[in-house]
Amino acid sequence: MKAVRNALVHVVLVIASMITLYPIAWVVKMALTPSQGFSLSASPIPEHVTLANFADVLGARDGGHWLFGRQLANSLAVSLAVTAVGVVLACSAAYALSRFRFPGRETSLRAFLFSQMFPGVVTSIPLYVLLEKLGLLNHLAGLILVYSTTAIPFCVFMLKSYFDSLPRELEEAVLLDGGTRFIAFIRVVLPLSRPALAVTGLFCFLTAWNEFILAATFMNDPLSFTLPVQLQRYVGDYSTEWGHFAAGAILVSIPVMALFFALEKHLIGGLTQGSVKG
Amino acid sequence: MATLSVQSVKKSHGAATILKGISLDIADGEFLVLVGPSGCGKSTLLRCIAGLEELDSGAIVIDGANVTQSEPRDRDLAMVFQSYALYPHLTVRENLAFGLKMRKTPPSEIVTRVAEAARMLEIEPLLDRLPKNLSGGQRQRVAMGRAVVRRPKAFLFDEPLSNLDASLRGQMRIELMRLHRQLSATMIYVTHDQVEAMTLATRIAVMKAGELQQVGTPDELYQHPANQFVAKFIGTPEMNLIPADDARKLALVHSLPDGTAQVGVRAEDVHVGHGVGAADAMVEVVEHLGWEALVHLRIGALALVARMKDPPAVGARTSITLDAAGLHFFDGTGARIFSSNDRASAQRARP
Ligand SMILES: Nc1ncnc2c1ncn2[C@@H]1O[C@H](COP(=O)(O)OP(=O)(O)OP(=O)(O)O)[C@@H](O)[C@H]1O
Ligand SMILES: [Mg+2]
Repeated sequence: MKAVRNALVHVVLVIASMITLYPIAWVVKMALTPSQGFSLSASPIPEHVTLANFADVLGARDGGHWLFGRQLANSLAVSLAVTAVGVVLACSAAYALSRFRFPGRETSLRAFLFSQMFPGVVTSIPLYVLLEKLGLLNHLAGLILVYSTTAIPFCVFMLKSYFDSLPRELEEAVLLDGGTRFIAFIRVVLPLSRPALAVTGLFCFLTAWNEFILAATFMNDPLSFTLPVQLQRYVGDYSTEWGHFAAGAILVSIPVMALFFALEKHLIGGLTQGSVKG
Repeated sequence: MATLSVQSVKKSHGAATILKGISLDIADGEFLVLVGPSGCGKSTLLRCIAGLEELDSGAIVIDGANVTQSEPRDRDLAMVFQSYALYPHLTVRENLAFGLKMRKTPPSEIVTRVAEAARMLEIEPLLDRLPKNLSGGQRQRVAMGRAVVRRPKAFLFDEPLSNLDASLRGQMRIELMRLHRQLSATMIYVTHDQVEAMTLATRIAVMKAGELQQVGTPDELYQHPANQFVAKFIGTPEMNLIPADDARKLALVHSLPDGTAQVGVRAEDVHVGHGVGAADAMVEVVEHLGWEALVHLRIGALALVARMKDPPAVGARTSITLDAAGLHFFDGTGARIFSSNDRASAQRARP
């Protein structure tokens, strides 16, 4: 009986995994297929295997510059900067909102929530105008600024609820032990918040890494594109280079996967932390 | 070590007044226990002394210095929290050393002081563990160790034993007494627990709804409660309170001071007996405690508890008397009426 149940569970899981993995396998197939056409066969197994698409994407040049390298560097720079700015600002804001009562506290919490109600596209025109005024169009700094402002409210909420769950007595113990508020924050609150900080950091990184619409709007020089904008360029109005697109998509996903693996331990800690008190 | 003085401290949270003007002087080396019903403001008072809460008015004076405006770290007090509040990411050793590091103690001295505290509290084998790998009692010891290593001016304890089981609590109580003697430190100790209060305290302060009811030695509070509230709060079982009318009607008490509304008598002062002032009682319930028993008696509408070595059988009728020297008289507001009993014992106390 138990064996039958076990087998059934496995059949269901295998089917679910196949459904999840099928599109990914299909992208891999397209990336490995020499033609740029859109394959219509249902099989996820490529008929001819070649790495030409990867070579094309990796080797593309623009006026003597190594395009992929530049764009990878752009994407990394923007994403890491957004992560740094986002985590630092969000955790100090979240701590203040969690622990202190000050005029404007409720208002700022509501404002953060309000800002989350609009899809990013809605703000693209006003942001364009702002960036132009600041002279930051076509600058990575402009993107960093924009992505940080979109990522921070959510991060603040996430970290605030995490800080709320940390017992205040720990910080009070630090105060009595001779430390300041700041020391309590650095030496006790932050080390205990590692899982939440990892999730927040990952969220910031992904916000910046995957974003495409605003980047496509604000950047006009291929050398300052981020990778998602370049990917979109393979999808043309008249013809689409599916092979290049698929190869590019896989390349773009690699750092994200690496990041997930690197943070996996902390992320799982973060998921279970709230469920068990203490 | 230090003297500590709480002067007309008032504190409110929003509309609710939590502390309504508390004044309390604690001598050097004293073990003051703060008791009172839940929500009466004990923790709040402790937190005000520690500097974790700002006062609305009043002052906190430590060793003659007014620290009302000082940060907690400048008051040099140590607090043991009910939840222990051990730093979960630090080992026991690091937990103990934390406060010393904060105060820039030389590393060699940190090592000796941590070792000394660990020995005193018998937590040496635990020094390299994380708090999550300790039992409740062990955490409790570490929390005390963290306070002890600092050699603070005074210790503040907020119900430190309430998370422990009864036998561990008894054990830790003894340890606390030992610790107090070894360190001859000033300690303020908040508890719900009668036994803790009576056994640990050099003086007890009874609080109710943000006000002090009485401050005195355990003996004073037991023998001469200042009012009905203290009379009922201190001592198990609760003091029997007999309305003056019933006392007169049953002729249990042969003379009542003017203005008496209630007569209090402790269970040990209710005896089986005959003769003048004896009343006929029915034995309803007997609680056997081993070497003695609590006998619940009924005289008409009146219920009384007596403490007896040889309890009568349940359902038996027996004649009881009240020990005249153990009577307490309270007026209509619940305040104690000074009586010949107080005078007699006051004279006895003065040799
Ligand atoms: N931050 C706060 N805001 C509002 N009310 C508070 C706050 N802290 C405490 N109180 C209230 O103050 C009163 C006294 O609280 P306190 O914690 O001092 O009581 P306590 O005597 O320690 O009780 P217990 O024995 O249950 O620990 C309670 O009624 C509580 O609800
Ligand atoms: Mg309390």
